[in-house]
Amino acid sequence: MKRIIALARKEFLHIIRDTRTLVIVFLWPLIMLFLFGYAINFELTDLPVGILDYDHSASSRELIREATSSGFIVASEYLESRDEINSGFRKGKFKAVFVIPRGYELDLLKEPVTKVQIIIDGADGATAATVDNYLKAVMARLNLKLIEEAIGKAEPPIEARIRFLFNPQLVSANFIVPGIIALVLVMICALLTSIAIAREIETGTMEQILATPILPSQIILGKVLPYLFVAAVNAAIILLVGHLVFKVPMNGSWLALAGYCTLYLLISLGLGLMVSSISKTQQVAMMMALMATLLPTLLLSGFIFPRESMPLVLQYLSYIVPATYFVEVIRGVMLIGRNYFPFEAGIMFGMAVLLLAISARMFKVRLSDD
Amino acid sequence: MISADIDTVPKTALDNTDSSAPTDFAVLANKLTRRFGNFTAVDHIDLAVKPGEIFGFLGANGAGKTTAIRMFCGLLKPSGGEAWVHGLSIKKKAEVIKRKIGYMSQKFSLYNDLTIYENLEFYGGIYGLKKSEIKERSKELLDNMGLQEYRNKLTSALPLGFKQRLALGSAMFHRPSILFLDEPTSGVDPVARRIFWEMIYELSENGTTVFVTTHYMDEAEYCDRVSIMVKGRIAAMDSPAELKKKWNGANMQEVFLKVVET
Repeated sequence: MKRIIALARKEFLHIIRDTRTLVIVFLWPLIMLFLFGYAINFELTDLPVGILDYDHSASSRELIREATSSGFIVASEYLESRDEINSGFRKGKFKAVFVIPRGYELDLLKEPVTKVQIIIDGADGATAATVDNYLKAVMARLNLKLIEEAIGKAEPPIEARIRFLFNPQLVSANFIVPGIIALVLVMICALLTSIAIAREIETGTMEQILATPILPSQIILGKVLPYLFVAAVNAAIILLVGHLVFKVPMNGSWLALAGYCTLYLLISLGLGLMVSSISKTQQVAMMMALMATLLPTLLLSGFIFPRESMPLVLQYLSYIVPATYFVEVIRGVMLIGRNYFPFEAGIMFGMAVLLLAISARMFKVRLSDD
Repeated sequence: MISADIDTVPKTALDNTDSSAPTDFAVLANKLTRRFGNFTAVDHIDLAVKPGEIFGFLGANGAGKTTAIRMFCGLLKPSGGEAWVHGLSIKKKAEVIKRKIGYMSQKFSLYNDLTIYENLEFYGGIYGLKKSEIKERSKELLDNMGLQEYRNKLTSALPLGFKQRLALGSAMFHRPSILFLDEPTSGVDPVARRIFWEMIYELSENGTTVFVTTHYMDEAEYCDRVSIMVKGRIAAMDSPAELKKKWNGANMQEVFLKVVET
């Protein structure tokens, strides 16, 4: 025990002395939280739309007013001819263009169907889809209004009322805080621990430690405990900021959350040990840990990009990313208030046992012979 | 079992011994061998180091000195043969051996981002010393080295000579009876090396066995006995005076070159 404490103490001093890493470790998750919480909003407002009105009539102006009345889109540019459409897109003056043909007002009165063209910049797929949906909604509302004007008071036969449960305002922070916790835990536990071990192997101090009576299991514990502590503090800060500043709710039980976090930490530690047992230098350890933790967690776990919209291959790949299950669970606990996840917990438990068993073995071999 | 093996132990080592038990030697090796794939780093070496001896382990780079020392310290398993440290088999009792020995590896092994005192505290703690022992011993060590006022300075600020001596100090912090030093003075200036060797003498006088590798031939002269390793084998082993006589050399430098060339 004394030996583990001595090692953990020393490791803790390393962490504190390395201010640069410390700042990154604590600030980076907060910066991400603020970026995702404030700056990156999945909703669109003030979307610039170009207007090409060939009709110049009261009806065409009515259409434009109707479309821009909610504030979601603004008429940023009035075009004179079709030639200006492409150059306007290229210069980024607008994301979509309304083209109202000549004779629009007349057609409205005479023809059964009147045509309006909407051109959307498809380069940014996510925005394009939102713009498409939004403009369709605008047109639907306008159609209804025109029908009302023609035949009197009309009610649409079906009215869909949509309510978003668990995250009523679709606040990004609610979505992102659990993901950031998943990321921070795996990053600190796997990445930093493996780098710390690789550093000692690289500088030769590990050899010195191995010549002392300390056992490999004690080395693992002494190395890992300080980082567990740092990770826990970090996760607590994110939760606190998320809860107090971004009003992320906590509908489930803290105890359940702590339990799932522990499982996830064990998996991360297994990954870190595995990385450090196959890498000879800090650089290699860092690259491998990044590949094994940061990128899959960020990209595949459903933390930012919904897994449902991934190509099938990536969806399958996401099943072996531990964070996939953890993100699911932590969102469930915090937002839905569901505390029991037997399936996810079972898989995570299996992963933890498997990874720790393999990696502890590999780590021992790595230390005792090379 | 042991008496059958003892024939292979060099005669010089057995001169003053009437028992064949491996406990009579600080270090005893019998056909100790280590292979890495097809390469044999240590090739059937036999040696016996008496308690309190300063035993020099000479050889060119890659001759197998470090591999041998790492096997004695329990850091590497032998591929063949056997060795005993304080009568304990390095194959079976490596964990017990580690408690009784001190080891200073080739690479600088203190933490630059820790203070001098924190380094000592760490090594004391990892050997399971009590807080009071750590305090007492580090005071003694730092007083001896004249580093008391720098105890809270970062180790990185120390000149290399001081660092090496501090590393030696932490390797013997738990008062081991055998010290394995792997090229402890490489890269250190002559004055600092001189002071370092004075520390080794002092340890030896107090009964510590010192097993030291070096490629400085002047340091070989300071040893009680010297073995010269060539390509994984021990090519010569005796006291410096005897070696100079046998190989007809004026100093160890000449002896070494002659041994290596044959």
